[in-house]
Amino acid sequence: MTLETHPDRGGAGTPLLQAKTLTKHFPLGGGAVVRAVDGVDFAVMKGETLGVVGESGCGKSTTARVVMQLLPQDKGEMLFDGEIVGGQALTLKEYRRQAQMVFQDSYASLNPRLTIEDSIAFGPTVHGVSKAAAILKARDLLQRVGLDPARFAARYPHELSGGQRQRVNIARALALGPRLVILDEAVSALDKSVEAQVLNLLADLREEFGLTYIFISHDLNVVRFISDRVMVMYLGEVVEIGPVEELYGDPRHPYTKALLSAMPSMDPDNRTMEAPLAGDPPNPINPPEGCRFHPRCPHAQTVCAKVKPILATMGDGVRQAACHMQVPGSGHSHAPALEAAA
Amino acid sequence: MLKYLAKRILYVMPVAFGVSLFCFLLVHIAPGDPLTSVLPPDASQAMQDELRKIYGFDRPLPVQFGLWLMKALQGDLGTSIATGRPVAAEVWRAVGNTLLIAGLATVIGFLFGCLFGFVAGYFRGSYLDKFASMLAVLGVSVPHYWLGMVMVIVFSVQLGWLPPGGAGPGGSAAWIWNWEHVSYMILPAITMSVIPMGIIARTVRALVADILNQEFVPALRAKGLMDFGVFKHVVKNAAPTALAVMGLQLGYLLGGSILIETVFSWPGTGFLLGNAIFQRDLPLLQGTILLLAMFFVGLNVLVDILQGLLDPRVRRR
Amino acid sequence: MTAITEGSAALVVPPLAKSPGYWAGVWRRFKKDKVAVGAGLVVLAIILMAVFADYVAPADPTRSSMLRRLRPIGTPGYPLGADELGRDMLSRLIHGARLSLFMGVVPVFVAFVVGSVIGIAAGFFGGKFNTITMRTVDVFYAFPSVLLAIALSGALGAGITNSLLSLTIVFIPPIARIAESVTTQVRGMDYVEAARASGANALTIIRVHVLGNVLGPIFVYATSLISVSMILASGLSFLGLGNKPPTPEWGLMLNTLRTAIYVQPWVAALPGAAIFITSISFNLLSDGLRSAMDVKG
Repeated sequence: MTLETHPDRGGAGTPLLQAKTLTKHFPLGGGAVVRAVDGVDFAVMKGETLGVVGESGCGKSTTARVVMQLLPQDKGEMLFDGEIVGGQALTLKEYRRQAQMVFQDSYASLNPRLTIEDSIAFGPTVHGVSKAAAILKARDLLQRVGLDPARFAARYPHELSGGQRQRVNIARALALGPRLVILDEAVSALDKSVEAQVLNLLADLREEFGLTYIFISHDLNVVRFISDRVMVMYLGEVVEIGPVEELYGDPRHPYTKALLSAMPSMDPDNRTMEAPLAGDPPNPINPPEGCRFHPRCPHAQTVCAKVKPILATMGDGVRQAACHMQVPGSGHSHAPALEAAA
Repeated sequence: MLKYLAKRILYVMPVAFGVSLFCFLLVHIAPGDPLTSVLPPDASQAMQDELRKIYGFDRPLPVQFGLWLMKALQGDLGTSIATGRPVAAEVWRAVGNTLLIAGLATVIGFLFGCLFGFVAGYFRGSYLDKFASMLAVLGVSVPHYWLGMVMVIVFSVQLGWLPPGGAGPGGSAAWIWNWEHVSYMILPAITMSVIPMGIIARTVRALVADILNQEFVPALRAKGLMDFGVFKHVVKNAAPTALAVMGLQLGYLLGGSILIETVFSWPGTGFLLGNAIFQRDLPLLQGTILLLAMFFVGLNVLVDILQGLLDPRVRRR
Repeated sequence: MTAITEGSAALVVPPLAKSPGYWAGVWRRFKKDKVAVGAGLVVLAIILMAVFADYVAPADPTRSSMLRRLRPIGTPGYPLGADELGRDMLSRLIHGARLSLFMGVVPVFVAFVVGSVIGIAAGFFGGKFNTITMRTVDVFYAFPSVLLAIALSGALGAGITNSLLSLTIVFIPPIARIAESVTTQVRGMDYVEAARASGANALTIIRVHVLGNVLGPIFVYATSLISVSMILASGLSFLGLGNKPPTPEWGLMLNTLRTAIYVQPWVAALPGAAIFITSISFNLLSDGLRSAMDVKG
């Protein structure tokens, strides 16, 4: 039994993952609904790293779990290399070999009763690899994530440091030979020095295995370091997507601007992540009408409270933002003139 | 608060329904035809059929349950086979007697449980604490009916201080509130009080230790409040939970009293149950258990509601 | 990404020195707890005594003698006295341990198996199945355990089998409830999510990731029920609902000796003392296991 490599079916032009109007609502008692993810559209190209940022409660982690299919979406669909996830050509089990996830809590994501190598070997055995082959694979992966198998393979999770455990979790995610790895706040719980090491490891592994990452974090510095493109989320919606340097250098959505202006300096002593703006904190149970950001937006006008802005592609073709100020003729006084856009 | 009340009561309805169903089925899980228990041994086939009709045993089970439930809701729990009297009346009389000693036992258990628990929690780690914890383990490990026997041996047989059993010279019917009668309550109540004592002591110990660990207690002490102030504070914070545990324990005692009442021949529900079992008086068994279980369910709701009144945080759960 | 290739059975996994696992730690902590070790030794002694009763007991527990009824403790040839039929108390107590232990342990064991299956399934699959199961459990919680045991036994009729059956039914709901709550906790852990993400099916996840983490706490809880079960089982016999004479069993012995408290009070109290010692030993052992296994609550 072998775990075959995954052929590139659609070619370089086909996104590895395409999410179309992904929606996930959680009903609360009494008819209230948490709109955790509300019609999210995005694509991840092969070999790139898409960073996802936003405040806590913006739906980043729910998006990750829906993409990993740990939570079924209420609406929308996903295409993986052109095939519908969970459809005839790409079953859920097959998809789960090609997409893997690393969680934030390095301790909670390892079974305390299994040795490190057993934890890593579990995935391959599920897909029919023999126990012995899976263990050898696990030890090989430990080596590649920088842990000496002779020292660590037979240990238990509580005997490892947080950084070491997160390396194990990365090895576990790689054990199935995935093409897409979702990293959900994977370095957020680590000390700064350890965080840097793990980030470098992730960058190296991306080269070595030709991986595609979805990198979720609330830390804008970290996202800038590792990402090719960045997606900004607010209250379950995408407000802006663009190449990392362009987005950081010239944010188009007022929320992105606010986030970046509140961004802590690289000085580790004064890193804080507070709500970037005054006004009501975001509440996904009763999101505002129109643009969800308008109650906190310094440029809000009548149109913002009434009309929901669409995620519009900018003139350069690579950037998208959901703001009336970016759409010609939207009715916002700061919107570009119609002729200029045409 | 009203919403909380309604929620609690709505929640308990299916439980009460399940309890009734269980009690109804008790008669039907009994080996043999439920009819045999009400038939004279030489009953003819015709008589059997007729009785089957009268008791409704020829109808489908759900219909029987419906009819039985309707009657039970109107207070008709059937007729005792042994005495021929209505079950409801027999059980009511016994419940009063059981409440008498169960209530007394709860009070004794609560007072001493609080005392032990408080001392243990206040002097954590000391020998007093270890001693109190040991008492708590003893309390949950001791077979209560045996403890009752030992009590009788010591205080009745050996010392001759208290009567060994019964409810006074004239039985419970001739009960008067004087020492002669009250002396019959003492041994069963003390025996019974051991059951809740250990549990209350454990709860109070944990509560006191918890409260003393909170940050504001050193602050109170630092502010110059004497130990009595701290004591008052602890009591105020621990009381709601301790009272709730006590309420639940009273419920357990109503059910758990069976064996102790048998030992002391105390004419309560336990004694009644013992007789019902001995004489295979199934309607009496069913009625007693239904009433005791319903009492327990009701007490649970009452405790919840009282806790909700005392502590608004509970209501949000 | 390269393929993993398996070279038939020729794969050799070099063995590695395993870390001392969870159970080694449990044993190390347990050994330090003097009270628990002592209680464990008492339990072991009682079990051995029950198993080898035929060799340990000085006399035949059923041989009666009308001439030697109700002898006091210390009578020559009757170290713990004689019962109401002149049978040797010591031998009866030793032989009685068999049935008393059996009736204490077996219902808890069966309920442990059944309750764990129900509770783990309810906790892992959640949804409607969970709601229905837990509402049913709630109904049983409306009965104090003594009342439930007596109700079932009383309806089923006297006899050891019926007692065992009733006690098993009494213990299934509480064990199922604990199993459900522990499983619900474990199900929410990221390692279970990670296992799902690797494509494993529910049974595999339960076998590899859930059982190892929930059976410990459920087991500890079950051991704390053994003492309750022993007290209830003897209680049923005491009411005449369990064992039938002449087989020695502590609860029934207590029952038949009840009337003897005016003649030989301390002989009559002996079977209860045996129940007490066994029950407290099981409780202390269970407490020790709880802290050694680091089970919260």
